[in-house]
Amino acid sequence: MDIETIIFLSFILVLSIFLGFELISKVPSTLHTPLMSGSNAISGITIVGALIASGLNASPVLTTILGTLAVIFATINVIGGYLVTDKMLKMFKTKDKGKK
Amino acid sequence: MFIDFIINYSYLIAAVFFIFGLKLLSSLKNAAKGNLISAIGMFIAVVATLLEKDIVNYTWITVGLIIGSFIGVITAKKVKMTAMPEMVALLNGFGGLASLLVGWGIFYSDMQIQSFTAFTIFLSVLIGGVTFTGSMVAWAKLSGKIGSKPFLFTGQLIVNLSLLIITVFMGIYFSIFPSTSYGILVALVVISNILGILFVVPIGGADMPVIISLLNSYSGLAGCAAGFVIQNNVLIVSGALVGASGIILTSIMCKAMNRSLPNVLFSGFGSITTSVKEEITGKYKSSIPQDAFYVLEAAKSIVIVPGYGLAVAQAQHALKELCDLLEENGTDIKFAIHPVAGRMPGHMNVLLAEADISYDKLIEMDDINRIIDNIDVCIVVGANDVVNLSARDDKSSAIFGMPIIEVDRAKNVFVIKRSMSAGFAGIQNPLFYKENSSMIFGDAKKVISEIIEQF
Repeated sequence: MDIETIIFLSFILVLSIFLGFELISKVPSTLHTPLMSGSNAISGITIVGALIASGLNASPVLTTILGTLAVIFATINVIGGYLVTDKMLKMFKTKDKGKK
Repeated sequence: MFIDFIINYSYLIAAVFFIFGLKLLSSLKNAAKGNLISAIGMFIAVVATLLEKDIVNYTWITVGLIIGSFIGVITAKKVKMTAMPEMVALLNGFGGLASLLVGWGIFYSDMQIQSFTAFTIFLSVLIGGVTFTGSMVAWAKLSGKIGSKPFLFTGQLIVNLSLLIITVFMGIYFSIFPSTSYGILVALVVISNILGILFVVPIGGADMPVIISLLNSYSGLAGCAAGFVIQNNVLIVSGALVGASGIILTSIMCKAMNRSLPNVLFSGFGSITTSVKEEITGKYKSSIPQDAFYVLEAAKSIVIVPGYGLAVAQAQHALKELCDLLEENGTDIKFAIHPVAGRMPGHMNVLLAEADISYDKLIEMDDINRIIDNIDVCIVVGANDVVNLSARDDKSSAIFGMPIIEVDRAKNVFVIKRSMSAGFAGIQNPLFYKENSSMIFGDAKKVISEIIEQF
């Protein structure tokens, strides 16, 4: 990895952290649990790395095994995370309708 | 070239979707839409990755995706709302494990790498491993598979610190000589998992909201590290977003307990000596549900303070029924929510939402304390530390300074509790011995049902 790439990626990292702080500090406490499970699902983005590791062609068997395991766990994280969050948010939502 | 262009722009779109999704999560009205948008972003990212030219073998990818989706859907469908804290911990751990496996797998495929890449692989494995086993311990504690009391042994701090120092040195060595250090990486995989266990076992049940938020943040950072390993922007952006969100929640939870993060992480080590020293001798009043009924029926305003005991007894539906009856009777009902009530941030809100209790009745701690003098009756359901008067009155107490819901200022207080035992903080609660408070012993659900029967 050349130095320019490193600096470029670090720029993205630092700016994203600031963006994250800005975005999240506005979330009301009622939504803290859905926020946590929802952001948890986003952290399953590791699935991108997992897909690459398990699909590399010339890679040794161990890489394929590790990659495939990573795909399984990341997929559980992603699918489970989004579904659970949706389930929770639906409970908040139905009540909103009932009130009006 | 052209395909690279498409892939990378898809990643950009995915990142934008994540950001919008999180933004919409800040209002109740749009939260569900936000979650959907974020999920679409994830779908775009996955599809774009499958176009990557490095990927030629789709067999194992398909197998992994099918197994993962199957397990994910089943667990999400089956999980109960009361089991949400351990579910979040479990999913979190899986994300961390995936980052560890990615770092390990990518290194194994090509060990001729530069120091910087090696360093990011080290971070990916370390943070991923700590997140994984840490979350598993948290999951086991939350689901009652192991006791939620802090687990301590002598010299714990020294063992942890030495392991951490060894890890750092191994990481540095690995980063400098990656091509000859495969054995060291494997050792790092093992050690990071041990570190995760050691890091969470001394944490007691009441501190779980902090730990879950912190682990949530770690899982994001692990994703970030994996992003550096494969030089992928979308991983770095989303990892950083999650990392930041976890940190914010952690600091909110710490503030709500008036403690610093190091204090939460390491105070378990000191708890053996400090917890047993004070013993309150005095008389407490014990009531039966019938007595409570007469007081409740006459009350004009009632504040209910829920705690973890409500979740354990699964009493939220019974509570809703009681509220409906009291409201028919013309009573004004509010719920006072302490930020650290329960085992994760927002735990009580989810629980009461499940029982269909309208969220405009849920009042935050500071607002309720302002009006509590005029409240006729406070009912404390399965909460202890968040209403512990020692935090306000007793300067020598370990929890002194923690903001509490000052229920003793209400005219009457009923505490529904299983026994007189101290809460997770291990500190006696002077509230129970106050003149205006009386205890109703028993399982929260049973007690509430017995009160309902009186109507």
